[in-house]
Amino acid sequence: MTRALRRCLPQILTLLALVALVSIFFPQFLAISFENGRLTGPVVDIVKRGAPVALLAIGMTLVIATRGIDLSVGTVMAISGAVAAWTLAAGWGVFPAVLLAIVAGLTCGLWNGCLVAYVGIQPIVATLILMTSGRGIAQLITEGRILTFSDPAFAWIGSGTVAGVPVPALLWLVTGIAVAFIMRRTALGLLVEAIGINRSASTVAGINARVLLIAVYAASGFCAALAGIVATADIRGADANNAGLWLELDAILAVVIGGNSLLGGRFSVAASILGALIIQTVDTGILLAGFPSEYNLVIKAGLVLVILLVQSPNLSQHWHWLRMEIRRQREPKPIGSRDTR
Amino acid sequence: MLLTIRDLSKSFPGTKALDSVDFDLAAGEVHALLGENGAGKSTLIKCLTGAYRRDEGDIRLDGEPISPGSTAEAQSLGIGTVYQEVNLLDNLTVAKNLTFGREPRRFGLIDGRAQRAEARRMLEGYGLDIDVGRDLGSYSVAIRQIVAIARAVELSGKILILDEPTASLDAAETRMLFDVVRGLRDRGLGIVFVSHFLDQVFELTDRVTVLRNGAKIVTEKTAELDRVALIRHMLGRELEEVEAEQGADHTRSEARRTVVDFKGYGRDGLVDPFDLTVREGEVIGLAGLLGSGRTETAELMFGIRAAQRGEAKVDGEPVSLTSPREAIAAGFGFAPEERKTDGIVADLSVRENIILALQARRGWAKPVPRAEQARLAETYIKRLDIRTSDAEKAVGELSGGNQQKVVLARWLAMNPRFLILDEPTRGVDVGAHAEILRLIGEITEGGMSVLVISSELDELVAASDRIIVVRDRAHVAELSGVEITSGAIVTAIAAPDAGKVA
Amino acid sequence: MRPNPRLYPLLATIAIFFTAYLLCWLQFPFMLSTRVVGNLLTDNAYLGIVAVGMTVVILSGGIDLSVGSVIAFSGVFIAVMLRDTGLHPIIVFALLLVVTTAFGAVMGAIIHGLAMPAFIVTLAGMFLARGAAYMLTIDSVPIDHAFFEALQDSHWRMPGGGRFTLIGALMLLAIAGGALVAHRTRFGASVFAIGGGPDTARLMGVEVGRTTIGIYAFSGLMAGLSGIVFAIYTGSGYPLATVGTELTAIAAVVIGGTLLTGGAGYVVGTLFGVLTMGLIQTYIVFDGTLSSWWTKIVIGVLLLCFILLQKSLLRIATPVRASSEG
Repeated sequence: MTRALRRCLPQILTLLALVALVSIFFPQFLAISFENGRLTGPVVDIVKRGAPVALLAIGMTLVIATRGIDLSVGTVMAISGAVAAWTLAAGWGVFPAVLLAIVAGLTCGLWNGCLVAYVGIQPIVATLILMTSGRGIAQLITEGRILTFSDPAFAWIGSGTVAGVPVPALLWLVTGIAVAFIMRRTALGLLVEAIGINRSASTVAGINARVLLIAVYAASGFCAALAGIVATADIRGADANNAGLWLELDAILAVVIGGNSLLGGRFSVAASILGALIIQTVDTGILLAGFPSEYNLVIKAGLVLVILLVQSPNLSQHWHWLRMEIRRQREPKPIGSRDTR
Repeated sequence: MLLTIRDLSKSFPGTKALDSVDFDLAAGEVHALLGENGAGKSTLIKCLTGAYRRDEGDIRLDGEPISPGSTAEAQSLGIGTVYQEVNLLDNLTVAKNLTFGREPRRFGLIDGRAQRAEARRMLEGYGLDIDVGRDLGSYSVAIRQIVAIARAVELSGKILILDEPTASLDAAETRMLFDVVRGLRDRGLGIVFVSHFLDQVFELTDRVTVLRNGAKIVTEKTAELDRVALIRHMLGRELEEVEAEQGADHTRSEARRTVVDFKGYGRDGLVDPFDLTVREGEVIGLAGLLGSGRTETAELMFGIRAAQRGEAKVDGEPVSLTSPREAIAAGFGFAPEERKTDGIVADLSVRENIILALQARRGWAKPVPRAEQARLAETYIKRLDIRTSDAEKAVGELSGGNQQKVVLARWLAMNPRFLILDEPTRGVDVGAHAEILRLIGEITEGGMSVLVISSELDELVAASDRIIVVRDRAHVAELSGVEITSGAIVTAIAAPDAGKVA
Repeated sequence: MRPNPRLYPLLATIAIFFTAYLLCWLQFPFMLSTRVVGNLLTDNAYLGIVAVGMTVVILSGGIDLSVGSVIAFSGVFIAVMLRDTGLHPIIVFALLLVVTTAFGAVMGAIIHGLAMPAFIVTLAGMFLARGAAYMLTIDSVPIDHAFFEALQDSHWRMPGGGRFTLIGALMLLAIAGGALVAHRTRFGASVFAIGGGPDTARLMGVEVGRTTIGIYAFSGLMAGLSGIVFAIYTGSGYPLATVGTELTAIAAVVIGGTLLTGGAGYVVGTLFGVLTMGLIQTYIVFDGTLSSWWTKIVIGVLLLCFILLQKSLLRIATPVRASSEG
């Protein structure tokens, strides 16, 4: 447990610093009140609005751990949202709507996974296909309109509360805990990390990399379906054009802010969720602090740059090289045996 | 002398790759550089081509001391290299490859016609009649090699280093390449020829230098050297000495029960069909030179490459071995030669690496309990004397020998019936070397069967109950009992028609 | 003479385009008029130009996600500069091209210097450029300048009444220029070399760092030029414009027969990729009953087909191990 905590420490500190920063400009930031049976306040708003990205980030974390990437999650959100709205509009009820939406997301994930694991297409290319065409499929389902519905039970997923806590927030919390639990209480996490670090050695050790890859992309599709359901329920309609638009980039960003390497390997679902919350806090915080929301993107760019600097394999090398150079200059005679590769 | 190297030394953390090596190259000579993996061939070449900087020693070209700092600098000095693999760009045309970096231009733009003309001029005298406007990748490996040679000769012009140029050529292609090399020799170039095909060395070269463990063993005129002597230089320590100290009991294997039985097992272009019976508690040595098919045999047995013909039986029952998973299910284990790419999972901890195969067999849903993991890690760290601060350290941070032991531990934890070890002692320091050998003895006591692939003959002789000799992708001899001597192995590797197995 | 296998994707692209055009023409004879052709060029001019830069990036095995944002930034930059300063548009254009080229160069330097994936670096660039556009203005700013109107209106009336506009011509020029850079310069040769394998390229004497910077600078330049064309085309600058254009450009490049893993392709193929995508849209407009989402689905299917085609070509082209003697 302490290990997990230490792993997430940079993200927690960043989040705390952000909260402190926003509180300076907007002192009521941390205020939470209880009205009409639900908690309200900026923080509650953040955990609710951050739900889609947090959900996407959970699946994306697993995909990135295998050295892959899933560009299609935003589109999959739109597809599953459209499927849910269509099912509701057809009068089939809430339960089939949720179920079919999840099936749609899983199917998309399986498709991506097969392209990656069996056809051997690079993940970025394989998922690009669904990213471009998937929105068309979603529009096909909604027939280009914004499919609205008025099913209060389904809308509850987007805007309801349990014991005052917004349902979307509970959804990512439960999904995150469940995924982290499955990964760490079974051997899945280890196996996923192993194929991300060294697929060849893992195969020799008897790990079934193909099945794992497909499972990981399917998990990403599942999370995207949940995010799509939340987004659809929130606005009580499926907007095939805009649902989840560009959220794949936010999800990737959340994973990267969570300190997970784009080169695969060790991952932390909790850190990725914290990353999603950091993004949402920046988003909301800027508005509350009275800054124009234009700053948002620039801050995101800055965050990425900082992470790039921290993660860069070259930087530590440069440091090493610099130290060697300094030492060499101090010494009278060069005796270095530098491997100039 | 065109090139003289004196007392060249180069160390890497943990190993001394070159230990005051001398080497000479005359103009108009083809000089073979021989040695097994890790002997120091590639380090020597890299010091010459500027990829590495030497620690000590003197390199003179035409009597002038040189110290190339990059491939480009070596090229401008006159030293060109053609590697087996990374050479030219398959996605560019022959003409673009040949003229890369010096394209003829008109009005600042590359003049395609002049470029092709220039390329055709460069290929003159190489006996190639090819369309230089096509992608290099659409031609055979031999033609690509010759194009690479043409480029290297054009750019450098004094010394040509050929690093395993024939590794993937067939007989006709090799002949074509040799004609080219002879032509260049007659033009006065000094040519360094690295190869592990002895026939080719005898056919083509004027002199031979053998390296072993970073030291020069011998330089002799090829005509004055016989095959047996050459192989001894490459593989053995002083053989008499080894034979005197060998004490392994080679007689115990006959009575044992058969565990695994391969019949007519093979794959086209990889390994010719072979028969092999593995008995309980037996150590089988697989001897042969690099590229002879020894690693390929192991890959076939372990299902990394699927066999096209023949069948495998475990305990008399036919089994399918088309993937490592199936092989593991049949009770096999495999510690590959390329530890870094196929063995360890560098960022995972020692503990996780040790339980990895076990976990893969149990399936994801049944994790090895943490206490059990810790116990296994503890056990094997102690038993194999893995030098690590603790079980949670990432394997990538350990030394080569300890990484090897972790891979061994991974398979021992599975308690396989048949364990294949490909070069288990490569890159391992002397102490760990002896321990690994002792360990092989120990595990076979418990009934496990082991197949060891090694380029160190004395090691094979000391450890094996039986030895299979591989040459030219075929199993050519089987030695057992008192037949197992370094001399017999060397003879089998050297002589084309030594006791072929029925 | 058997054509070079590397030409197959390009030939496939061209064949698909002309077959599609033929089918369209059979159904709607008006499709062959110069009006349609002129509009096809004009409407896709900005996409074609930015796709030229993307082609070079992809040829090197990289990717540039920032271009859509850079186009939007360019439009806003031009509109705001013309509104707030008295500078002549030509000077504003020059300034803009300097800015976007430098922006690309910096991204290239980061990619090379930090050895990080182009994907994430240009993602940051995407945020930054879009954010910068927002900082200039959050509204759509109309461009009101006599010179601009002249640019918008300059065209050559083709026989049949079609308008061959300045921006359409600019796109063809950009394609021609890009083709020269990619296929006829040493820089272009280095781009292909890096796409074929950075290590081999280095061995052959390519200065990988300098070339990488050049590649992304070129992409930035093309994105800036595309921004100018887009501003002329729409007559305004809007920070929310051209969201997702980078993906459309990538799709056009791949449909144009360029290998997404780098090292093989032709700039002229990209022109056909762009025109094919434009043709699909034109057809849907002509048809009137089909919905616009079919564009996306068809483009996705085309993408898949091309990726599979290239995958199988690679498999064929990869030389098998020397045949066994046995």
